[in-house]
Amino acid sequence: MSADVMIPYTTEAAIETYGDGADITVIAGGTIVMQLLNYRRMAPERAMLLSKAGMSYVNREGPTYTIGAMTPLSDLIGLAAPLGPCAANVADHEIQYQATIGGNLCAPTPPEHPSGDLQGPLIALRATVRSTGKGGIRRDGVEDFLANKAGRLVLDISFDAPQAGAFRALNRPHTRQFTALAVSGVRSGDKISLAATGAGPTGIRLASAEALAADPAAAAEAALNDVAMRDDSLASAWYRERTFPTLVSAVLIEIQEGS
Amino acid sequence: MNIRLNGGTVDIKSPPLTSLLTVLREELNVTSPKRGCDQGGCGACTVLVDGTPQRTCLTPVAAVDGAEITTIEGLGDSENLTAVQQSFLHHGAAQCGFCTPSMIIAATAYLDGDGSAEPEAIQEALKGHLCRCTGYQKIISAVSAAATKSEFDLTSMTASPNTVILPGGDT
Repeated sequence: MSADVMIPYTTEAAIETYGDGADITVIAGGTIVMQLLNYRRMAPERAMLLSKAGMSYVNREGPTYTIGAMTPLSDLIGLAAPLGPCAANVADHEIQYQATIGGNLCAPTPPEHPSGDLQGPLIALRATVRSTGKGGIRRDGVEDFLANKAGRLVLDISFDAPQAGAFRALNRPHTRQFTALAVSGVRSGDKISLAATGAGPTGIRLASAEALAADPAAAAEAALNDVAMRDDSLASAWYRERTFPTLVSAVLIEIQEGS
Repeated sequence: MNIRLNGGTVDIKSPPLTSLLTVLREELNVTSPKRGCDQGGCGACTVLVDGTPQRTCLTPVAAVDGAEITTIEGLGDSENLTAVQQSFLHHGAAQCGFCTPSMIIAATAYLDGDGSAEPEAIQEALKGHLCRCTGYQKIISAVSAAATKSEFDLTSMTASPNTVILPGGDT
């Protein structure tokens, strides 16, 4: 049986179509959901295609960026670290043209590899997510959104441009498709914000490392207290624990040199 | 739904969430996009959607309703090859041929975007395309030659530079 497919042509129509989010599968760029459909791991009865909803834009007003949920990663590559370099590190050019910031933020985490490449940079940027669903439109910090994303449709994401930022990822040929492990850092005023991707089921803030940011070596060791490494098809927890401090210290040093 | 396929408009009968790859291969009988991994990892299904290379296995056909789709059949034919196709032929940049259509599509998009002849830049541009035969060197050489607008006299070639001529004329 084929699904009922709705194709809204405006953001307002997408919000109305989504409603409370019950029993509706959202397809943004398609890079996640289409795999599941191809392998018949999903058979939605109702689906909403967002490709024509006009939600692809990068706006800047003063220091504040607002990025539409359907903005492809290719449109983020020119942005400053950590978001731009992180987008450039995802998969390959064709996937970057297709995958969206909203879809990437909402990526489920399967057991075989990490996902949600952009979660770390957006946590470090202290971004906020405007979403709709049951209870209407609301705005949350990224960490709160990730903890309660079920039944929510991302509309846009906002953050202030940082004074300095950095992104470092484990870079091995076989990790091209997925971010196996990465650290993002941002300096805004005296405040340093750090987050990791691939160090747990979702992106995670490195609060212990932030508290020791003035000492990159100490912060790098402390960061291990903030994460829960696991074995998967890309890297073992053992390997991640040994490479992670290097990424943290490199990010902190780059932020200090860039400010 | 309809798409503009290689210059003509065709109606689509498949359900809207059918992948563009399935529509091309099984409804429209356009078989140059290959079904490799079916999860966006190998690049063999790539076509141009409004001039941008895109994975057809990850594209629901409803998302490209009304779009211009270009497969390798829309680039050139045996009498009128594009520069990239000529260069692939001259350099013998194909073994089994499974990845060749998508490699040429991606290389065409790369050069249309003023891509350089530098091997490192070409490698970066084509990094999402896997060659099962590992024939990357000749592929990169072919794209590099096309980038410099090299011309080849294909009609004078008795055999490709990579063809071994055996005694008796068999190859």
